Amino acid sequence: MPEKLSIIVVEADRERALLIVDSLREAGDFDVAVISEVTGLSRRISEMNPDVVLIDISSPSRDMLEELALASGPMDRPVALFVDHDDAGLTRSAIEAGVSAYVVDGLRPDRIKPIMDAAIARFHMFSQMRAELKATRQALEERKIIDRAKGLLMKAKGLDEDEAYALLRKAAMDQGVKLADVAQSLVTAAGLLS
Amino acid sequence: MSAPLSAGFIPLVDAAPLVIAREIGFAEEEGLALDLRPAASWATLRDMVSHGQVEAAHMLAPMPVASALGLGGAGVRLDVLQVLSVNGNAIGVSTALAEVMRAAGHSFDFADAAAAGRALLAARPEGLRIGVPFPFSGHAELLYHWLGALGFAVPQALSVHTVPPPLMADALAAGEVDAFCVGAPWGTLAVESGAGELLLPGTAIRRFAPEKVLAVRHDWADAEPELTGRLMRAIWRANRWLGQPQNRTTASEILARSAYLDTPAELIERALSGRLIVSQKGDMRTVPRYLEFFEGAATFPWRSTGALIADRIAARTGLDRPAAQAEGRRVFRSDLYRHHLARTTADMPGASERLEGALAEDTPVASPSGRLTLAADSFFDGFIFDPQRKT
Repeated sequence: MPEKLSIIVVEADRERALLIVDSLREAGDFDVAVISEVTGLSRRISEMNPDVVLIDISSPSRDMLEELALASGPMDRPVALFVDHDDAGLTRSAIEAGVSAYVVDGLRPDRIKPIMDAAIARFHMFSQMRAELKATRQALEERKIIDRAKGLLMKAKGLDEDEAYALLRKAAMDQGVKLADVAQSLVTAAGLLS
Repeated sequence: MSAPLSAGFIPLVDAAPLVIAREIGFAEEEGLALDLRPAASWATLRDMVSHGQVEAAHMLAPMPVASALGLGGAGVRLDVLQVLSVNGNAIGVSTALAEVMRAAGHSFDFADAAAAGRALLAARPEGLRIGVPFPFSGHAELLYHWLGALGFAVPQALSVHTVPPPLMADALAAGEVDAFCVGAPWGTLAVESGAGELLLPGTAIRRFAPEKVLAVRHDWADAEPELTGRLMRAIWRANRWLGQPQNRTTASEILARSAYLDTPAELIERALSGRLIVSQKGDMRTVPRYLEFFEGAATFPWRSTGALIADRIAARTGLDRPAAQAEGRRVFRSDLYRHHLARTTADMPGASERLEGALAEDTPVASPSGRLTLAADSFFDGFIFDPQRKT
């Protein structure tokens, strides 16, 4: 029976960290720890010396792990970044899901697989949620800009709201750009002229 | 019908050639629908290219070389098609260290790399900890060269830490590092937050240091010569556009947008024009060629640049230096540059290798148009790298 694998999850958000830990526990009998602070990240990881480190791809702290990957003398221990050089498919789906794994020691792919499967599933869910949140925010932001542009037109040209909107829409169609972009340029230009 | 092509970038001022190629329409002119995707870390960007999520990427010049040497990355061979930017970094120290240095008589003249380095080493003779954005970066190369030339045993006596630029001010304030080398505007932001002071611009160590490159997978460049050519011409034109000072304001406005840097245009404009705030009192210094996109054959991917980077990395990591040089040389594709930019007015130097660091002055050289001037690229200590010399 091989020794229990130790996994560190680098994740600042407590809720998310717990969810990841849960899914890893479901996937197998692992020792899982969470690091939520990025200060001294690579030092703390070296101290704990885990077998695998999981980190969100959109975390700038990922670059800190590159140092760790090289720390022990790159030549005597080729550190696998992501999953395993041999398993390009698993690596690709990890990138797409938004997770990267640092395998700190040469681990057999069959031992990594359940960990990565669990992490990938979890991260897929996160990235979907994140994309939805972003789309909602952007829609709100665009509406605000369009409202401001409408206001500017109404004031400058004495139009009512519908007319102002129609004018914006026409400009957008004529130029083949998004309504929000026309509104943005108008707001920017008005800012410059004021 | 435009061909889709995706490129990854880190939201930094020197991602400008990609952004401008898209926004000013140079990509469209070449029939490319350029899709730009931001990444949060260099490692992620490299992996995105290696595994085919994007075709091309904005990258630290030493990264593809390090990958070719088997240091980091997925072992996929990457090519440097052209240089995206030259220079652009600054070195800063913590407020505490700056005080020690000032008390010892350092003038913070922002110009003399030898004096500044000696003052720094005197203030912290051992255990100096410096933050850089990535282990294989122009930032790290500048630091190793600078302190090494002053007699400091690098890398052993120096501890270089990777700190993502947005976290640099925090790391300095928290006392995790004593100094840093970082690109704009992060150095100035660390100064404005009160965490430190700027000590030197990167140009004080080397006057013309290739900083970011356009990297693609080697097999992609081979398989898609047509797209490679279109991409290179679009980016080259964007670089030329960025090299014209009258375009700085427009460039700043475009880069400032939320899809790109999401940073005030004023900060970006300062970086583009080389005006750096060096202390919290607001002292401003203007650095000529602080960030260069075009002049002096800035975009040309010299094979000797690849060889020099590989040689330095090999020396530090204990790899075979001549073999590493040969690898590094292969990564910089001056052949593709000559081939794909032949239809533009791009001026080509006669040779693809040169003595790195040999020019103390801007120097006109032989080229088809006869108007090409190479920029002064000397190191502060007079170091010259001869790619032909056997080490």
